[in-house]
Amino acid sequence: MSKKILLEHIDVPGIETLEVYRAKGGYASVEKALKTMTQDAIVEEVKKSGLRGRGGAGFPTGMKWSFLAKPEGVARYLVCNADESEPGTFKDRYLMEKIPHLLIEGMITSSFALGANTSYIYVRGEYFYIIKILEKAIDDAYKAGLLGQNILGTGYNLDLHVQAGAGAYICGEETALLESLEGKRGNPRIKPPFPAIAGLFACPTIVNNVETIAAVVPIVNNGGDWYAGIGIGKSTGTKLISASGHINKPGVYEIEMGITVEDFIYSEEYCGGIKNGKKLKAVVAGGSSVPILPADLILTTANGEKRLMSYESLADGGFATGTMLGSGGFIVMDETTNIVENLYTFARFYHHESCGQCSPCREGTGWMEKILHKILDGHGTLEDVDLLWEIQRKIEGNTICPLGDAAAWPVASAIRHFKTEFEEFVKNPSAFKKVKHYHNMHGLATA
Amino acid sequence: MITTKEIKFDNETLAMVQSIIKRYPEGKHKSALLPLLHLAQAEFDGWLSVPTMDYVASLLNIKPIEVYEVASFYSMFNLKPVGKCLIEVCRTSSCWLRGANEIVEHIGNRLGIKNGETTADGKFTLKTVECLGSCGTAPMLQIGEQYYEDLTFDKVDALINEWNNKTEHSKYLDVNTFRKN
Repeated sequence: MSKKILLEHIDVPGIETLEVYRAKGGYASVEKALKTMTQDAIVEEVKKSGLRGRGGAGFPTGMKWSFLAKPEGVARYLVCNADESEPGTFKDRYLMEKIPHLLIEGMITSSFALGANTSYIYVRGEYFYIIKILEKAIDDAYKAGLLGQNILGTGYNLDLHVQAGAGAYICGEETALLESLEGKRGNPRIKPPFPAIAGLFACPTIVNNVETIAAVVPIVNNGGDWYAGIGIGKSTGTKLISASGHINKPGVYEIEMGITVEDFIYSEEYCGGIKNGKKLKAVVAGGSSVPILPADLILTTANGEKRLMSYESLADGGFATGTMLGSGGFIVMDETTNIVENLYTFARFYHHESCGQCSPCREGTGWMEKILHKILDGHGTLEDVDLLWEIQRKIEGNTICPLGDAAAWPVASAIRHFKTEFEEFVKNPSAFKKVKHYHNMHGLATA
Repeated sequence: MITTKEIKFDNETLAMVQSIIKRYPEGKHKSALLPLLHLAQAEFDGWLSVPTMDYVASLLNIKPIEVYEVASFYSMFNLKPVGKCLIEVCRTSSCWLRGANEIVEHIGNRLGIKNGETTADGKFTLKTVECLGSCGTAPMLQIGEQYYEDLTFDKVDALINEWNNKTEHSKYLDVNTFRKN
């Protein structure tokens, strides 16, 4: 059931160049949009397509676009979120590296639809080699008259720039990203106002993920109805899944929404099964923030139905027995995996990445890391497990941005589904792999 | 390494600074701060000293505190000197699942340093970092702008030998990274 839309031409030699990309039909959506469609008609097609934000939130893209304020004489901006930092996620990097012009094309078509004349792609700083690739692609697009003044003779002007981040997960949150793009610390803003009303430089702004913007290209080319016909239910189209962990074939896969999780993990077409013939223990299906599920619940819902790769099916059962599609960062763990130690890497991550603005997150993430460290070091008690539960409960819902929730959910789900493992660890730590002392590494980046 | 050179960009870099500033609307030049800090770090031995940050402030006509507060927020900006080769090893979940801790330990043993330390000859700094978006090719590390993936001990040894013989500083970018507008 392989369905390649975004990655259709990924294996064509030279597809990263403008020449080959255009020979394969690239930039057709720009021609079509600028020459034959109105801005509203494009927004309408995106609405019809049912496309949902591919960065993790899954909010309908067309609806987000329709919220954009259009006051007379005020600039509007489109900002592409290429800050990909959710552990387990590397699809945007793959797309930008292999087929950069798909993103550039999507940016032009989308910017036109939104009436933006300046747009930015905010790329996480660690991806410098990607920044080089994008800068070259943009340069070539300018030379071909696809960017700049009077694009393709239509009178539409667009400047497109790449902005380099500098190492901060929080800048993937859209208002933190805008702060960072304004040359400030990446502290999320209080909403409202939403960016669609007051975003970059206090002007109306739309922030969309790389994959979302890339998907606008086939939607404009083939129509929203065509796209809506792919996938299942409200999970329309295809999704890029970043598969990692204990599998035979890690990598980025484009799937049609609705294939079974079992097929994704075990078929040769995708992950190729668990490495070294081991058994599946658990999966984090949508990036580090989403609840971890044990093997039985990721393969079948609590009702005994086969779990599908879609927003709805993965969420079936709520957090009690389900999870989320999130960013599509699919981390697979085999039977040897120590759930407590894996959770520790997540807790350390969120503590490191908390911006420090809200105390429940700033303090709570630190305590969760410390308690898990204590448990791993062999000094944990049963009360510590209860304390972890209490702390995550007090972070969730009590912060300005979703990082607090993102830090709480992995802890809550690990305890919910693997409490016995925590208890056994606490009672008999030497039975588990003893971890060495972890040094606090935050000192290098702080004064 | 403590730099002895004068804190001043050459003309080519200064032209790039002006080109970057033009990417933002009139009066919004502070947006150029992160790119400029990257350029400064690459130019001045891989870290941002107070005089370097003050120089960047002067280029953008903003207060030094506006630079300090930003430089101290982002993990890629080094506020202390680092070795000529900064080795950054990812060890978040997917990398940990595939042996990142063993890679960190191996590098530490080879270089005789602990996580966060610099070798006595100033050549290597070992730093663990959080997810670098290379989970499908784990374990991995980054040296400057280069990702090294699907690591084995042999690959790591070869890398250390390679960087042992280099004289230049590892850096994330140079003046040629950005397009001239």
